Amino acid sequence: MTLTVAFFYLFAVLLVASAAMVIIAKNPVHAVLFLILTFFNAAGLFILLGAEFLAMLLVIVYVGAVAVLFLFVVMMLDVDFAELKAGFIKNAPVGLLVGGIVLAELVALFVGRGLDVGLGHKLAAAVPADVANTKALGQLIYTKYAYLFQGSGLILLVAMIGAIVLTHRGARPGVKRQSVAAQVARNPKTAMSVEKVPSGGYTIPEKKAAPALAQPKAEAAE
Amino acid sequence: MTYLGFDGLLGGLLWLVVHIALALAVILPLLIAIAFLLLMDRKVWAAVQQRRGPNVVGPFGLLQSFADLLKFAFKEPLIPAGADKAVFLLAPLATAAFALAAWAVIPVSQDSFFGKWVIADLNVGVLYLLAISSLGVYGIIMGGWASNSKYAFMGSLRSCAQMVSYEVSIGLVIITVLLCAGSLNLTDIVNAQKTGLGTRFGLPNSLLDWYFIPLFPMFVVFFISALAETNRPPFDLPEAESELVAGFMVEYASTPYLLFMLGEYVAITTMCALTTILFMGGWLPPLDVPVLNMVPGLVWFTLKATFVFFMFAMVKAIVPRYRYDQLMRLGWKVFLPLSLIMVVVVAAVLQYGRA
Repeated sequence: MTLTVAFFYLFAVLLVASAAMVIIAKNPVHAVLFLILTFFNAAGLFILLGAEFLAMLLVIVYVGAVAVLFLFVVMMLDVDFAELKAGFIKNAPVGLLVGGIVLAELVALFVGRGLDVGLGHKLAAAVPADVANTKALGQLIYTKYAYLFQGSGLILLVAMIGAIVLTHRGARPGVKRQSVAAQVARNPKTAMSVEKVPSGGYTIPEKKAAPALAQPKAEAAE
Repeated sequence: MTYLGFDGLLGGLLWLVVHIALALAVILPLLIAIAFLLLMDRKVWAAVQQRRGPNVVGPFGLLQSFADLLKFAFKEPLIPAGADKAVFLLAPLATAAFALAAWAVIPVSQDSFFGKWVIADLNVGVLYLLAISSLGVYGIIMGGWASNSKYAFMGSLRSCAQMVSYEVSIGLVIITVLLCAGSLNLTDIVNAQKTGLGTRFGLPNSLLDWYFIPLFPMFVVFFISALAETNRPPFDLPEAESELVAGFMVEYASTPYLLFMLGEYVAITTMCALTTILFMGGWLPPLDVPVLNMVPGLVWFTLKATFVFFMFAMVKAIVPRYRYDQLMRLGWKVFLPLSLIMVVVVAAVLQYGRA
């Protein structure tokens, strides 16, 4: 138990500290890196709760994919932080109001119910002890919540297709694209031709002259 | 917590000490093995090109990697002006640490001398590996960004896009294996390969049982994706020296560079081990005869993983580098649909084909 508690406090302290650093850090890339550390510690807390499947998904989805996207955006976009900070002063009252309401709710909760909601109390096991975490989730998701699960999958698919439709601009003229089928289908007959170069003329046909050169070849083929 | 009969703090500390010792027992042989795998990589490459390869340090050049290690360690670490110092030094550390962390769940043997030869026998071992391998991107992207150099940044962007793309098909390929094995635990996946096609055709506990035969297309896709995931040739575009000098590592020298290279080779051995576990029966002997069954599982595992590494080395030596758009085409337009279809096919066969 003691080691588990020690790890809990390690993860919890690191989580809160790195979450604070996400806001405090001046360099946006550092902020994203601290966000990743936050995700990691959250995953550690999940593992301590016995929800190892959730912990792994958190790392795979948020750290492995979402945070990479954040990093890309932050690194490549030239965000003007002076402008953002000017907006901060303007929006501060609203932010303080919302934060104040949440804080008041939390305080009310603790005052109303006392402080005995700490670690080790009232915590039910994430799953029955004899069923593996992943199996328990699968048995729920694919039976009881099958339609909801399919529905959320559909929403994600629609979002994905929507993003592609919005950004895809189709084939633009003047852009050379590789056609693997055409390349594979090439053979010496279609790939090579014997050009007759007129004596005293040019040896390398210029681009504009190419259609004119094609004419005698077609005649020769006939 | 209670561990080995000890209660409370003592049990907890004992658990910590035992697991640190276990981790060292995995990491040290792994690093020594990598020193020789690196040599093997260079020797195979040389042999294909009819050269001798490294042959000066030690007999047959066997100590070459150790000489390289000393050389890297004693050089001066350079940090470029304008680099983000903390992130710059964190990047190689992260790469090496994440790569080594993957070995926590890789089982190398079972039932020879003692139970399962693995540090953490996780229920979600496969997911853990997927999570850790997706973290490998960070070392590269951090290194590329912190170097404050165009070439390094371009290299890291390429590498990142490449690794993210191929993770998708690797994940789907692993799902087909999971469907067949019915477990996310790597030890269970190997044990599930004791029965299969071979058992049906009258050769039980043999190499015909392993998943590389029924899932052969997935085996090929996994192998090629593993090459791309670990930035190995022919997919070593992040370090394409003809275009990007040395990619994201261009500003690194000395020990930080060594850590990058170490992380890369550890990731490669992880992929070799994973191929062995998922498709080639892990530590199971190839035929059910007493002589082969007497050989410890670790030997079979090492032999198989080394064979996969030999294939990695051969591919490096004989296949020319891909162009970037072709790499992306292969990942998204060929492997992704193929593995997606195979997931559906394998699930259908398992559901309706079981007579």
